[in-house]
Amino acid sequence: MRVRVHLSSALREHAGGTSIVEVELADAGTPTVAAVLDDLASRFPALGHRLRDEQRRLRPHVNVFVGDDNIRDVGGLDAPVRPGVEISVLPAVSGGDGGDGRTPGPIGSEAVPPSAPQGDTA
Amino acid sequence: MERMALVGTTKGLFLLRGKAGGDWVLEGPALAGEEVYAAGVHRTSRGVRLLAGTASEHWGPVVRLSDDLGATWGEGAAGARVAFPEDSGAALARVWQLCSPGPVDPDVVYAGVEPAALFRSTDGGESFELVRGLWDHPHRPQWDPGGGGLCLHTVLVDPRDGGRLTVAISTGGVYRSDDGGETWRPSNRGIRAVFLPEPDIEFGQCVHKVGRDAGSPDTLFLQHHWGVYRSDDAGDSWTSVGEGLPSDFGFPVVTHPRRADTAYVIPLQSDEYRCTPDGRCRVYRTDDGGRSWTALTAGLPQRDAHLTVLRDGFAADDGDPVGLWFGTRTGDVFASFDDGDTWATVTGHLPPVLTVRALAV
Repeated sequence: MRVRVHLSSALREHAGGTSIVEVELADAGTPTVAAVLDDLASRFPALGHRLRDEQRRLRPHVNVFVGDDNIRDVGGLDAPVRPGVEISVLPAVSGGDGGDGRTPGPIGSEAVPPSAPQGDTA
Repeated sequence: MERMALVGTTKGLFLLRGKAGGDWVLEGPALAGEEVYAAGVHRTSRGVRLLAGTASEHWGPVVRLSDDLGATWGEGAAGARVAFPEDSGAALARVWQLCSPGPVDPDVVYAGVEPAALFRSTDGGESFELVRGLWDHPHRPQWDPGGGGLCLHTVLVDPRDGGRLTVAISTGGVYRSDDGGETWRPSNRGIRAVFLPEPDIEFGQCVHKVGRDAGSPDTLFLQHHWGVYRSDDAGDSWTSVGEGLPSDFGFPVVTHPRRADTAYVIPLQSDEYRCTPDGRCRVYRTDDGGRSWTALTAGLPQRDAHLTVLRDGFAADDGDPVGLWFGTRTGDVFASFDDGDTWATVTGHLPPVLTVRALAV
């Protein structure tokens, strides 16, 4: 099964200069978003670490959509990827400034975000 | 002599180029939109490599490299960045410090990061590996984050022996290794943690910055959350040298790169009001190892100046005469080329300055 992944313009330079990447997934079972991100990371490491941290959690201000569904609403990284669907990777509007205390947690773990809000002790 | 300064801000990296006494050209921002908490200079026989520890709110933290004095920036080898191993259970939040030991260990670059950990590169910053000896230290679970996060913000390498390392953590305190990072011990005796019921503790001090004296590698100066200290035994013991300063609070401490017993601090009013006291921007210099301090004010704003200088916002360059540089959270950059006697505004209106590093080119 092959799916198309649409990337934000900010990510193109880390994906060989293209904004659409095709990902080949195993036909057995129901592939997940995690499998799509695994494939992207193996081919484009600099893209991979921009989407997920070392613990393979989706970064808090990265949104991944399967069709029109934000994966945070449909199972996170375990969200199923069905034939014919298109995936979009976009920056969340919440990520432009930081330090607002409303940072969503990373997807893929119960762990709290690793960074405290920015304080005066930088 | 041409000089350049790397000014890391909350919104990207700016470069200043020029000569002392002349006009300064501001370039940038490079890496626009990314916070730049750390900048480093790695000099080798092959030339100068600049490093920047950046973090995007969207796309996470990364170390950038430039081998053309900031004209272009790239990243290290794929998969070899500053990254916690999976079994650590941790994820990199920020790079707070990039330290090149110099001739004693010419290919090494250290990265101090948040959550508090030390990484070592043996290929000039292309790839990094977690220093396990510190990460596995039994004290680590008891370190607590300061207001900026749980960060390892200071890395000092003994110029006589690259295996002798000193790091500082907020809040964990000072730790030393004499075996290249295999084993570590706390090194905080005498630093009073007045924010705790029992202030004389083995570790847990909120150390803000440490600098090494030019005259004796075993002499260190330290700005604590409360107080300024000196050690003459490489950190085994510390003595308060803050008498004569207008406040015990501040973030940076900078040592003169060639003059012994000479260090600089920029006191802030208090823990609760982290701005220059009395609306006056004053750098304080000691020429006698901390026994006395002189307020340096010439060229600095002395009215209505409520400025904040963060722990890496103050640096000395490697030029001759030495250039002293500091940036503020309100986007000013000041510099002095006469050991701090007089200062000039180099630029202003930048985003909040997080770090300054400067060099002769």
